[in-house]
Amino acid sequence: MTTELLRRKENWSITYNHALGETASWFYVQIRDNAKIYGRRCAETGKVLVPPRAFSDTTLKPTTDWVEVGPGGTITGFTVVYEPFNGLPDPPYAFGYVQLDGADTSIGGYFKGVDLTDAKDAAKELRIGRRVMTRFADKRIGDVLDFHFEPV
Amino acid sequence: MKQERVGIIGIGQSAFTAQRDDASYPDLVREAVVLAMADAKLDLEQVEGIVYSLSPDAMVGIGNAERLGVDAVGARNKRFLRINTGGATGISSVISAYYHVASGACDVVLTAGADKVGECGDSQTVLNKIWDPTYERQLPLGTINMLAMSAVRYMEKYGMTEEDMAYVTVKNRRHASLNPNAHLRKLVSVEDVLSSRCISWPVKLMDCCPQSSGGAAMVLASERYIRENHLDAVWITGLAHCAETYWLGDRMASSVEADHADAFALGRAFDRAYRMAGIDDPKTQIDVAELYAPFSNTEFHSIEAARLCGLGEAPKLVRQGYFELGGKVPVNPSGGTLCTNAIAVTAMVRAAEVALQVWGRAGGHQAAGAKRGVASGNGGDHQIFGTMVIEA
Repeated sequence: MTTELLRRKENWSITYNHALGETASWFYVQIRDNAKIYGRRCAETGKVLVPPRAFSDTTLKPTTDWVEVGPGGTITGFTVVYEPFNGLPDPPYAFGYVQLDGADTSIGGYFKGVDLTDAKDAAKELRIGRRVMTRFADKRIGDVLDFHFEPV
Repeated sequence: MKQERVGIIGIGQSAFTAQRDDASYPDLVREAVVLAMADAKLDLEQVEGIVYSLSPDAMVGIGNAERLGVDAVGARNKRFLRINTGGATGISSVISAYYHVASGACDVVLTAGADKVGECGDSQTVLNKIWDPTYERQLPLGTINMLAMSAVRYMEKYGMTEEDMAYVTVKNRRHASLNPNAHLRKLVSVEDVLSSRCISWPVKLMDCCPQSSGGAAMVLASERYIRENHLDAVWITGLAHCAETYWLGDRMASSVEADHADAFALGRAFDRAYRMAGIDDPKTQIDVAELYAPFSNTEFHSIEAARLCGLGEAPKLVRQGYFELGGKVPVNPSGGTLCTNAIAVTAMVRAAEVALQVWGRAGGHQAAGAKRGVASGNGGDHQIFGTMVIEA
């Protein structure tokens, strides 16, 4: 059939209020109040999980103790974003993952203090294995965005 | 007694495009179902169960859209369930349909679905929501950024370059130009890819899949039913799933078993499928492959996970034409996910395209003489993988 084809616009806007649970709450309180990052250790394997989890995915046993990690660390993954996405920061920005000293896994965060004008140059600055330092915001609310990483 | 096989007897797929303003969501599902039933030469009355292929609801913008799809697949009064394993959904749906038949529960099962990613127009906003709201949602994670980090690690580990990535796009666009159902069919050069705008370094626009709309459907049946009704079929001889940890940061550290550079669990899924099919040397025993790779760089680790070459060898072999139509083992002769991505059915199209290849019905993008092929699907945050071996 021949007809003018129409569309209807829809917008989903839903507000959630996520409970973080005991483990993440303790972790974020330390970041907020003391500017310190902790991981959870699995007693069986000795692995320190950052971000911390209540149980180990390899042993399925509860993790047993808190271990302070960082503030130094090593870049294990990164990208530099030049495209705008809805709800994300204005580009360019760099983010990725850092294995903090004393941790066996990596945690995500933004990289700052790097010139992002040219992607290839930025990628040389942010190479895998590059040492970084954790920098905490002066005003902290207890969140992953309370800190970022800078190459040293 | 040898276990009865499960055959593929019908295939239907849309000509995928960005928008389908002429068709509602159920209309698109229906389009693929009609094509698949005609291909199988069966009526819907003969279908005993339906596996519905639908990934995250927000991509089509309809909560639990399988409810709307019930009528489009003729599921009234029949077995019906929805499968969602993210990007792997389509192949997981075929695997579920297989088990319906292999278990003896049904003789004829239909699997179908559709997606209208083009209507969402902002798939990365939807895909950001797959990350945990406690530690990672705050970060600018999306599938592009996630797999750009895989590219960075693959570069570090094996020396891949941006130019290597561009060769994958050039190959797949050439293949897609031969496939009337592919979405992006325009030929491009290495220069075009390298000069396309940077999205998430090292991933550029032409290293990325499009947001596609369209449907797909397949009909599976038991060997007994196929023989009794004198139907034409190709056979699923191996299939598997494998998952790995949700945590990306556990795959990017100084000592990891499943490196985010590679597709470790996909490799395990392939090993399982090969064992089931009795394949011990995939390099020489596989004629064609349709591997889920939405970004150019991810085709390399998918090829290696399929054991079609060693770790880190894929970039060089792509440049040499080893995985081109006319080469040793054509990979993504349809153009693949890189040229068409209607997420809910993308991995089903991988299985459907391999079936068409070993059937000798792939038309302009037929791999000459293909008798045995493999398909794969990747879902979650590069985390849930499905694989399949299909033989003539």
